[in-house]
Amino acid sequence: MTDIAAPPPGARRFGLSSDEAQARLRRRHAAEARFRAYGIGAIALAAIFLVVLISDVVVKAMPAFTEYRLTMTVTPTLEQVSSDGTTDPQALRSGDYDAVLRAGLQELFPQVTTRALRRKLNNDLLSSGAAMTLRDRVLADPAVIGQPVTIEALFDDAADLYLKGLMTGRRESAGQGQAQVTLDGEDVVLTSSAPDFARALAEVKESLREEAAADRREAARLTAAAADVSGDQREALQRRIADLEGEAAAAEARAAAADAPERLTADLPSKLVFINGGIVKLTEISASEARGTVLVPLANTDAVAAGRWDILTLTQPEANRRLDDQVVAWLEDLKQRGMVASHFASRFFTSGDSREPEQAGILGALIGSALTMLVTLVLCLPIGVGAAVYLEEFAPKNRLTDLIEVNINNLAAVPSIVFGLLGLAMFLNFFGLPRSAPLVGGLVLALLVLPTIIIASRAALKSVPPSIREAALGIGASHQQAVFHHVLPLAMPGIMTGTIIGMAHALGETAPLLLIGMVAFIVDVPGSITDAATALPVQIYLWSDLPEPLFQAKTAAAILVLLAFLFIMNGLAILLRRRFERRW
Amino acid sequence: MTTMPNIELAKATAAEAADEAVTKVVARDVNVYYGDKHALHDVSIDIPEKAVTAFIGPSGCGKSTFLRCINRMNDTIPICRVSGRIEIDGSDIYDRGLDPVQLRAKVGMVFQKPNPFPKSIYENVAYGPRIHGLTSSKADLDEVVTMSLKRAGLYEEVKDRLTSPGTGLSGGQQQRLCIARAIAVNPEVILMDEPCSALDPIATAKIEELIDELRENYTIVIVTHSMQQAARVSQRTAFFHLGKLVEEGSTEQIFTAPQDKRTQDYITGRFG
Repeated sequence: MTDIAAPPPGARRFGLSSDEAQARLRRRHAAEARFRAYGIGAIALAAIFLVVLISDVVVKAMPAFTEYRLTMTVTPTLEQVSSDGTTDPQALRSGDYDAVLRAGLQELFPQVTTRALRRKLNNDLLSSGAAMTLRDRVLADPAVIGQPVTIEALFDDAADLYLKGLMTGRRESAGQGQAQVTLDGEDVVLTSSAPDFARALAEVKESLREEAAADRREAARLTAAAADVSGDQREALQRRIADLEGEAAAAEARAAAADAPERLTADLPSKLVFINGGIVKLTEISASEARGTVLVPLANTDAVAAGRWDILTLTQPEANRRLDDQVVAWLEDLKQRGMVASHFASRFFTSGDSREPEQAGILGALIGSALTMLVTLVLCLPIGVGAAVYLEEFAPKNRLTDLIEVNINNLAAVPSIVFGLLGLAMFLNFFGLPRSAPLVGGLVLALLVLPTIIIASRAALKSVPPSIREAALGIGASHQQAVFHHVLPLAMPGIMTGTIIGMAHALGETAPLLLIGMVAFIVDVPGSITDAATALPVQIYLWSDLPEPLFQAKTAAAILVLLAFLFIMNGLAILLRRRFERRW
Repeated sequence: MTTMPNIELAKATAAEAADEAVTKVVARDVNVYYGDKHALHDVSIDIPEKAVTAFIGPSGCGKSTFLRCINRMNDTIPICRVSGRIEIDGSDIYDRGLDPVQLRAKVGMVFQKPNPFPKSIYENVAYGPRIHGLTSSKADLDEVVTMSLKRAGLYEEVKDRLTSPGTGLSGGQQQRLCIARAIAVNPEVILMDEPCSALDPIATAKIEELIDELRENYTIVIVTHSMQQAARVSQRTAFFHLGKLVEEGSTEQIFTAPQDKRTQDYITGRFG
């Protein structure tokens, strides 16, 4: 036995307690701590981005999940709803349900008599979907013809946006003093015992000042821009600058005269007064009184006590919004009568696309995507797994299989739009398959996904320990038996994961579908793989292009549906994988 | 110290019986190449029936390679080439007309690392008889499974959990399960490639006991790194070195009176 504690002569001594060693230790600990911090930081950053993304989408999508409906009672007559005077379903289908709704609205607002106002009432309030709701109701039960029917009529998207508070800011303030109402021809003159109108006037002056400031800013911006251009363009700009500055000066002058009465034009915030059951739109304000036109008739001209009347300010000027003050007044009136209610927009999940934002739904795209995915899965799972098994387990290793392997890897990196072009040239132009059909979409996506599935499946097969193969061969199983009885089942979880990743990739793919015509505007929900259809990502792309705010909300909602679809697919994959794994 | 290791030899009577036994496997001038590498040089050996033959030698000496030639397991390695002649019961196993899969049913194999299928214990044993169609009914199959597990000395330990996964057993039990799986197809020869190298001494003792019992019915060829094990379980021993069969003879003779200097050096622990 030698003494281990005493090193042999000449051996190097590694001092672990020297200062240098301590410093080295500290550096190593610091490096490790730093690395941990980097990791945590990276994960936290990713989590923050994810939360921001998801919450942004959710917030933007909220308006798409609710819709406002008008609970109204109408009486459909046989002449209106039937094209030939019978209750034959065919005749009922082509009835004039809009006429029924027009009559119902007229009943709600009997004072609307002029042609222009009537048209506004008929066109701007309700969606064309309301007539369909009524038609479905009548078709379901023709006995209601001639009877009063209560339906929930969908509002037009502009009205819906106003009710959701997305069109304009609203500021309501109760009247502080006793209000007097006097009729002056067509107009109404309002006075208050408290300085209610003086305050309203001050608000108007403030708006003027803001407007002037905005004009000045724009003028300054244009002045800077004018320095870079010359000739006619410069002259045009200078004229515009002069105009802006003139407008700004005029607005400032009006704002400066604190007590001067103001006319409320369409480019100033609107002020509506709710008084005596009616609504008055103010057109002129002075410190002591306000003059306005009646939008919804007043029940009487009695004096009103403080707190029993309100001034509503719509911050978005009438000129800048799609809904004018008259329609807003009708909506406010209906709201006060308790006929307006918000509902869950089940329509979004049960109908196809539409030109009308309030009627557009995701179902068509959802079914289109599902059918496309089905075609993709049915094609690429057996082909992909078959190819992987053959290449990995049976194919001779030679130059040809090497070439095939390289090409499969290359195919996985080919931009998806190229597959779209291939689909267009092959499936549509050569084989003459129907345009816009999930069948063709599925074929193209199958081509796109195949390399991914083959590569993932080969990796999964390769990762099965060779001992399992040997065990099977060792008791006299043939190579094929060993592969199909033991190797493939063991590789299945990996193959499924690869397939699901590929499918998820395909689900979000837009470019190739554009080329084979799945980008068309299609209202009908597809019933088979050869019907014209669109897919979720394409629908998102289509909606995101439209200017209506409700379509923007539906874009976000469609993104949520797509994400939910993905989560369900991945969940299913995990579930299946667990089941497979549990068997061993 | 250069004294002979203290090795307990297998029963002399068994060794004598082995000497008189019929030859089961005959190998003549077997050469194996892995690509350009000449792994095995002119190996010729007779392996007697119903006895245990041990292959010993240092790592990389070709003993496992030769073992894998006996059931043509080397065929699965694409770059491997075998020349020479190996006969079992007088017929050439490298004959063109012979299906290597059939051969492997006759020459079972147990591997270094226990490798049960990731299935139930029952399924592990039943797999072989099932693919070879050895049984006609479920009851028949049950009997084969039970018999095999009993012969492998595992039945008492697992009879209540035949449906639980084979991979859940301990290492020694897994290896015995692999032996049960091998004998379930009723092979004539069982090849064992270092079957105890991944096991603890107690599990090793059990396997060795089992090998001794199996000798009555099967021809067993075992590759081992442990000379003690070779001495304990085998009747005949072959010593491989650098791809060559250096010496072959009864275990007693190899361990007590080796003819070759290299054999002596190896068994006395000079190298290896």
